[in-house]
Order: sequence, then C-alpha cells, then structure tokens
Amino acid sequence: MSKQRILFISFGQFGSDFLEKVAAAVKSEFGVPVGFDINYGVLTHFYDPSRRQYNANELIKFIHEKYGNNGAKTIGLFQVDLFIPILTFVIGQAVYKGNAGIVSLYRLKNELYGMKKDENLLFERFCKEIIHELGHTFGLTHCTSPVCVMRSSTYIEDVDEKNARFCASCKKQLDQALHEEPS
Amino acid sequence: MTNAISLLIVDDEESVRDSLYNWFIEDGFTVKCAENAKEALTMLESENFDIILADIKMPGMDGLEMHRRIKTLSPEAIVIIMTAFASVETAVQALKDGAYDYITKPFDPDDLSHLIRNAATQIEQKAEAENFKNKETNLENIEDIVGNSQSMMQVLKEVENVSQSNSSVIITGESGTGKELIARAIHSNSSRKFFPLVTVHCGALSEDLLESELFGHEKGAFTGAMFNRKGRFEIADGGTIFLDEIATISGKMQIELLRVLETKKFVRVGGNKEIKSDFRVICATNRDLKKMVEQGTFREDLYYRLNVVNINIPPLRERPGDISLLVNYFIKKYCTNMSRDLISIEPAAMKRLEQYDFPGNVRELENMIERAIVVGNGKEIRLKDLPMKTNAPVDSSESLSELEKKHILQTLNKFDWNISRSAKVLKVDRVTLYNKIKKYDLKNPNGK
Repeated sequence: MSKQRILFISFGQFGSDFLEKVAAAVKSEFGVPVGFDINYGVLTHFYDPSRRQYNANELIKFIHEKYGNNGAKTIGLFQVDLFIPILTFVIGQAVYKGNAGIVSLYRLKNELYGMKKDENLLFERFCKEIIHELGHTFGLTHCTSPVCVMRSSTYIEDVDEKNARFCASCKKQLDQALHEEPS
Repeated sequence: MTNAISLLIVDDEESVRDSLYNWFIEDGFTVKCAENAKEALTMLESENFDIILADIKMPGMDGLEMHRRIKTLSPEAIVIIMTAFASVETAVQALKDGAYDYITKPFDPDDLSHLIRNAATQIEQKAEAENFKNKETNLENIEDIVGNSQSMMQVLKEVENVSQSNSSVIITGESGTGKELIARAIHSNSSRKFFPLVTVHCGALSEDLLESELFGHEKGAFTGAMFNRKGRFEIADGGTIFLDEIATISGKMQIELLRVLETKKFVRVGGNKEIKSDFRVICATNRDLKKMVEQGTFREDLYYRLNVVNINIPPLRERPGDISLLVNYFIKKYCTNMSRDLISIEPAAMKRLEQYDFPGNVRELENMIERAIVVGNGKEIRLKDLPMKTNAPVDSSESLSELEKKHILQTLNKFDWNISRSAKVLKVDRVTLYNKIKKYDLKNPNGK
C-alpha cells in the first residue's frame, strides 16, 4: 500500500466540479489519495511586466516552501501564462523527484489558437499535463512511446497526440516509486 | 529521452542554468552546469560531454573563445551556442568555427526540443554505426501488438525492416486490426523516434478545416487566432505523419497532399513564408486503393507516391492461434486499469471466442473482454458474460424457424438493432425484417 499523497492547490478561479473531476482522473491513474485546497493569495509578486507572464520557477519555489513539508506531491493549478527565464513559455513544470510542480490551463485553451472552445478537450489536456508533471515528481523522465503521457509535449498538438495514461514501462517505474517512502 | 547522453550547460546566469537543468533532467539526460568558461574547461579535462550548451557572452572568456578551446579538448562534443538577439552575428561566427548550431534567447520550447533531438539523433546514429556489426535489432514499444502467429511475426519482421528506412508506407487491413499500432511501432523503432508522430484522421477532417489543420495559421489570420499555430505537417518535422483512413480524402485534398508530399514545402494560412518540413509518411486504409485507382476515385500519382512499402495486417479470423494470447493480454490490461484482481476465463468461454470469426477484429475482441470484466462475477469470464454476438455452434436438433429466429436476433444485436443495417446484412428489405421481428416476437434488450 502506497503512503504517497497528491495535493492540488488552485490559484485563480476553477469550478469545484472541474477540480473534482481532475482529482478523480488523477486518482484513478496513481491510485493514491488526492486532495485539493485553494490559495487566495495574489500572484503580482510572480508577474514579470516585461514578458507579461508569470515566473514558473518562482511559483514552484513558493509552492515548495509553503507546502513542501507536508510530504505530498503538490501541484499548483493556474490559469495564467507561465514562463521560465530561458523559454518563451511553459505549460507546466515540476521538480524532478521532488514534491512540487505547477500546471497552467492558459496555453491549453483552443480559443488561443483560433479554434472553437472545447471544454472536454481542455479537461483532457489539463489532466494529461498534471499526470505528466506528477510523473516527473515520481522520478519519471520523458518517454519515446508516442502515446505515453510522459512523452514530451512542447506544443498543444503534442499534448493531443498522447494518452492520459502511462505506457507499460513508465507504469512499472511509477509503481516502484509509489511504494517508496514519501520524501 | 535517453540515459546515454550527457549535457553540459555553461551560463553565468543562475536562473538560466537552473531552468535548463530542470528542463533536460526531465528528458533523462545526465546534466551538469558550469557558471563560466573556465569552470567548463576544467570539467572537460576530466570528463566527456555529448552536448555542450554555452552562452556566448560570459565574463572572463566569451563563448567563442571557449568553443575554440573545446574543439581541442573534446573534438567530438556537439556545441550549441546560446545568444541574445543582439549577438546573432557573433553566433554566426561560431557556426563558421564549427559549432553545431545556435539558438536565440528566450527559446521557444519547441525549437529547443527540436534542436536537442536533432543532436541526440546524430549522436545515436553515430553510436549505432559504430556498433552496427554487433547490434541485435529488437523492436521497442510493441507491447500492444500481441500475437505469435506466423502472419503476425511476418508483419513485425516487415516493421523492423521498414523502420530503418525513410520510405512511405501504406498499412492495409480490415477495421480493428490495429493499423495505428503498426504505424506507432514503425515510428518508435526508426531514427525519427525522438520527434513527433502526428496522427491525422483524414475521415474526420472537413475540407474547410483542412487547410488550417494541415498547414497551420499565422497570428491574426482570422478572428480569434491570438497565437501562431503550427499545422500537422510542420509539427511532424523530423518525425512521422500518420494519415489514417487515407481513402476517404476528397479529390481536392489528394492534389494538395500530393503537392506537399513532393515538395515538403507549404505556407501557413495568413502567412507568406514558405515552410519546409522533413517528415516521413505512413498511411492506413481498410479499402482497396488499387481498385480505387482503377475506378478513378484515387489519384494514381498519389497512390504510387504513398505505396512504396505495403504492410498488410491479417484479420483475426485468419490467426485464431493469437486469440488466447490477446484474451489474456486484455484481461490483464483491463483488470489493471479497473484496479481489480486478475481474473481467469473459463474454458468454454475461451473455446467460444476461438470459434468466432470476429468481423470487428482485435477491437471487437477487446471490447468483448472489457465488457465481460465489467458485467462478470469478478473471478472469471464465463460463457454468459460474452455478448450474444458470438456465434453459437449450430445445434442440429433446431428447426429451420428456430434457426432463422436466432440468426435474425444475432444480427439485430450485432448492429444495436439498427434495422436498415441489419436488413442489408440479412439481404431482406426493412418491411420483411419488421414482419420477422413481429412473427418471432423479438425484443430489443435496450427497450428502444
């Protein structure tokens, strides 16, 4: 029986139904308890006006400092556009084998690419990216299987190409990591 | 990506080093960082790196000078120069001096991945060439392709052969035989595996959407287009594009497709810059394309452009020996997915499955097993857990009318009581079928 836990911290407006659905999907993939909490703090401190984006590295640091000691794999859920200093944007980011990660809905929305709004697709993409970043926190690296959720996705269509599930090889590694003591 | 590749990041900005370290560690690289050229050169004296990603402007010694020294210390290393927009000219000088490439800060994640994948592919190809004589070819990522029949072994052999080339492939086979799995296997075992496999379900694309979907569009090309969007051909650069249901595309689309396949060039909607993309094409169809060419519904030139290699997947009824393997594979898969204990299958149920002709092929078998696990007793799959679609062996004591009743019911159930489709298969008109339903008092189990 795994002692690991997953915690989602939502920053910004997410419907509780939406978060419950996300939690259920993630729980079904990892088989460990998933909880969620809301952070009402403002994100101004993380905003870079020259890029008009939010600094993902600083946000991860914040999550690690504030929630990192509770032993759970904690993922911050955002609605804003994220960047790391060297890249033009990131959809998500996690500390490899660590306890913190972040994922944003911003770049996952069809509307930004001139396509019709699609809530189901948005939900699927969000779940895939959360599962992917959680995979990194459990020590999984990018996978070459075209449909594995651990496949690297740097573009929205890459996200759509893969499944929300781990391939057999990644699943095996994950199962081992799930049985390790939480850090 | 791969554990074999080591990467050294050289940059005086800590945030850049940290960002890149985190980015590449997730790819499975061995990553180390140095904050200046002196530290990097010291590290290179004692260890080798496959790829060195170095900033061009650093205090003490700049990237250009460092690159020249790296060439002496570690001539095999691939050096990529990172530069701000203002120093592109210096980066070009680095290229002249033998750097692999340069990239302008801040990078688009896709550009960075692309560049590193190219470098990784080059390193891997070089290693493969060196080990060629001793190399055992084992296919990877084929765990979903189940079967040890001679015909499936032949398919896998063809996959192995064709993976090593760049030729276009057409995968043929009835619906549900697993054509997409074969396409994935070819891609995953080719030198393009680090790049995307982009799937296009041609049957699902209307002509209106097609242009933007395949070629992409520029920011502002139409209302709501806030960002540039790459088309499928562009995303597939370096990788493979899988065109499923190729026989369904319209004549206009066939012309467009042929043009892109021949030139590998196109322009995004709303743009004027010609984009070049290096992709491999794999197509799939359950139709006889050659016959369509003869009938004039599929272009002959496109057919020959696509059909360099043909892999035909045999229907499940022609390889009944694979059924038990597939059954056990799907039981394991669905029990794991549903977090249930592994269950068995009773011999009578397995026998019935082995007698069935599976018009829907592996997909139909998979659905049957999934359903049987859901409706079953949680211990084993019983004969009664299998849907009515399975052919029962003929009982010779049954009358003609009993057999007729049973056959009509089976057909109706098979097509979810779609009267038109059932009547077509039974080769009777719809009125006759309604009369038979009334005569035998047949009831739709779904109550419709």
